[in-house]
Amino acid sequence: MIRKNHKTLHLFIGLVATLAMLLSACTAAAPAGSGETASDGAADTAASGGEEAASSGAGIGDRDPKTLVILYWQAASLPGPYLSGGTKDQDAGAITLEPLANVAPDGTFVPKLATEIPTVENGGISEDLTTITWKLKEGVKWSDGSDFTADDVVFTWEYCTDPDTGCTQLSRFEGVTNVEAVDDYTVKVTFDKPTPFMYTAFVTVGSPIISRAQFGDCVGAAAQTCNEQNTLPLGTGPYKIVDFKVNDVATYERNENYHGEPAYFDKVVFKGGGDAVGAARAVLETGEADYAWNLQVEPDVLAEMESGGNGAIITHFGGNVERILVNQTNPDPDLGDLRSEYDNGENPHPFLTFKPIPQAMSMAIDRNLIAEQLYGFAGQATCNVIPAPDYYASTANDSCLTQDLEGAKALLDENDVVDSDGDGIREYNGVPLKVRYQTSTNSVRQKTQALIKQWWSEIGIDTELLNHDAGVYFGGDPNSNDTYQKFFTDVEMYTTGPSIDPQQHLSEWICDQMPSKENLWGGNNIFRGCNAEYDELYQQLTSTPIGPEREDIVKQLNDINVQNYYQIPLVHRGSVSATINGLEGVEMNGGWDTEMWNIAEWSRSE
Amino acid sequence: MAVQTSTAVEPGALSLAPAERKQRTLWGDVWQRFRRHKLAMVGTFTFILLIALVVIGPMFYTTDPDFADTTYAILEEGKPSPEHLLGTDDIGRDTLARNLYGGRISLAVGIVAMLVAITIGTLVGLLSGFFPSLDSPLMRFTDMMLALPQIPLLLVVSMLFRDTMRKALGVEAGTFALIVIVIGILAWMPTARVVRGAVLSVKEKEFVEAAISTGTRRRKILARHIFPNVLSPIIVSATLGVAAAILTESALSFLGLGFPPDVPTWGRLVVDGQAYLDLNPILSVIPGVLISLTVLSINFMGDGLRDALDPRTRK
Repeated sequence: MIRKNHKTLHLFIGLVATLAMLLSACTAAAPAGSGETASDGAADTAASGGEEAASSGAGIGDRDPKTLVILYWQAASLPGPYLSGGTKDQDAGAITLEPLANVAPDGTFVPKLATEIPTVENGGISEDLTTITWKLKEGVKWSDGSDFTADDVVFTWEYCTDPDTGCTQLSRFEGVTNVEAVDDYTVKVTFDKPTPFMYTAFVTVGSPIISRAQFGDCVGAAAQTCNEQNTLPLGTGPYKIVDFKVNDVATYERNENYHGEPAYFDKVVFKGGGDAVGAARAVLETGEADYAWNLQVEPDVLAEMESGGNGAIITHFGGNVERILVNQTNPDPDLGDLRSEYDNGENPHPFLTFKPIPQAMSMAIDRNLIAEQLYGFAGQATCNVIPAPDYYASTANDSCLTQDLEGAKALLDENDVVDSDGDGIREYNGVPLKVRYQTSTNSVRQKTQALIKQWWSEIGIDTELLNHDAGVYFGGDPNSNDTYQKFFTDVEMYTTGPSIDPQQHLSEWICDQMPSKENLWGGNNIFRGCNAEYDELYQQLTSTPIGPEREDIVKQLNDINVQNYYQIPLVHRGSVSATINGLEGVEMNGGWDTEMWNIAEWSRSE
Repeated sequence: MAVQTSTAVEPGALSLAPAERKQRTLWGDVWQRFRRHKLAMVGTFTFILLIALVVIGPMFYTTDPDFADTTYAILEEGKPSPEHLLGTDDIGRDTLARNLYGGRISLAVGIVAMLVAITIGTLVGLLSGFFPSLDSPLMRFTDMMLALPQIPLLLVVSMLFRDTMRKALGVEAGTFALIVIVIGILAWMPTARVVRGAVLSVKEKEFVEAAISTGTRRRKILARHIFPNVLSPIIVSATLGVAAAILTESALSFLGLGFPPDVPTWGRLVVDGQAYLDLNPILSVIPGVLISLTVLSINFMGDGLRDALDPRTRK
């Protein structure tokens, strides 16, 4: 009897230990965030178990130094952007396909197949802002030796705009009414109305030129069936594609017909598969790959790997900003159908429309702490909703970078927003400053919430935190009350941002864009702020060509938004990749164009 | 002398005798047999210890579980120190304090939700097993509840009642009530089926027939004769229910339907810590071990109780 019990006791202890390990190791897989535009960056990334790091300084091991290995943990399904919209596919295509121009990391335009960037000054763009004329490089050849001409550019437009092709980049050609070859080396693109920003068609990784000779029979419904053409497209770039295994690996060799300096590497291998942590490890620890893309890994984990000394983390900051939106309307559930409705300005928020209050809330936040502790490589503190490129970024709000709790308290005191009943919470016109703060479920966001709640409580504002599953929160279902569009709370937090030209993004904040029950919460003026000055300035923007004047208007629009505290910017979020030691010429460019944009210049130091 | 000694002993022996012959009650018996079950005693002891830890612990370890000691998290990288016995997470919240507070909530949710589920399940099971006229409707209702997809149902229920509950009971109490009720009404069905089965078999036993033949009222038969004899499946369901409820709560919190994200519960702590398994495994291992300990100790208690309640194991 006693012996039996001892046995069971051992069994008990063993069970406890096993269960403990099991539970702690594999609880709750993170649900995938869907319907979210780049908003789940530094999200939950499952750290894989306790594999020991390979000895530091693994270098590239026994690999051939003239072979470049690029690791994308999401494998490419087709090289090129037209039939498959993923970044991985665009980037696999970008090693061989070229557009007329690329965007450099600093936001400037760099000609590729064009000789120069057309502007109003050099006559490339018409005075009325309706046509743009590109001059093409002469003597450029496709990788099979055939000639590249203006006709291929026209064909690319015909190919993508054929409704049966199912082109995923159709939006690039929005407003384009005609593309014509003026001569063999001149292309004229006509727009339906004055368009200040015309570098959409044939610019960046999203719309490279393809060959008419190769794809001529693949237009329309035939596009999907041209298997060989789709997997092995001819390119004008530094490398030509020689083998493509769907969802696995693409192989490239040096393009002998390249129009620039011959490329350094004999061979490029574009490998897919695995996860972000594994990809980081392959470059930073084991040296199996030279370049790893999109490393959404906990900052501490990444820093630890980088300290091994086998490679470096590189980042680029595009337009994405994690921000807090301040509801300008009243979200009180007792209002029923009027909840968070603008109602022609008849339903203002009881205290958040009084500027000193959101201003104090903004002052109380330590943005640098959030960026460094929670986002690491992938974040930097920001005070702007249009944070980049530099020529569009305002410097008028930079004081927010330093946390000022005392200043925030003083500001509230001065404006008579004080705690009159001694419960630690201030009141404004008798309404206690209690806010509900929602965001999506994501460990980084929940920690941000916890920190901000603490700072706000120090200045006398009580916060209730809510989080919703990303699928619901970003899902846009008009029947759910938990979507970011309905905004049934006082403040909410998520990431969004402009592309290289911010007009489209800025258009979202005019009065007409207000979401309401009537338009099924369709607008993008989520914070429901209506500002006549803003609307007027925005109209001016739509007719101002690229140049200093446009830059100035963008900054002013940014300032109106930020200084009225419609939005409280927190962290400028970037993309993170890793390169191995010795890989030279890489210029990280995640925000505006492909990371492969200058692969022709990559080389390895010997 | 010898006679004297024996006479001196005699009264004591006599006074002991009635005690030995003291009437044996069901629960007295159960307790005796339960105490002999070593594993059950270990489980009970562990469970009491856990409860003591989370109830009394925070009175001695007074660090605020919600306070983010950011300077500490940066300078000391959250490593353990006299100030933070088990270290902190990456924004400086004390690991030990969060586990102690988290335990209060997790255990309370587990036990209360289990009580809700067991009460409904037992009631439905007893009624449908004992009254043939109720059997079919109640069991079809149970089948229907089992067939409902759980997550969408949870979404709907919490969406419909969240604001009402919050208003009626306040943020914390409202969320707590909603969570235990939601978990409870989604977990009673297996209990109901098991209890019904047990009732059907006990109902045919001779002692029940005897009770019927002596004219005992049906309500009394149910309460006096049948209920005590189906206790063992109920208790087993109950012990399993606590564990399931603790885990369901963590899943709910993860979906944003549970407690606000800054309220620590064991389930949430495990989830939050999983990204740090390499760097700071303690963050999820500790709540993981605590959940396992709770679940196992309750299961062993249940095992012991079942054995103790089963007359066939009597020696």
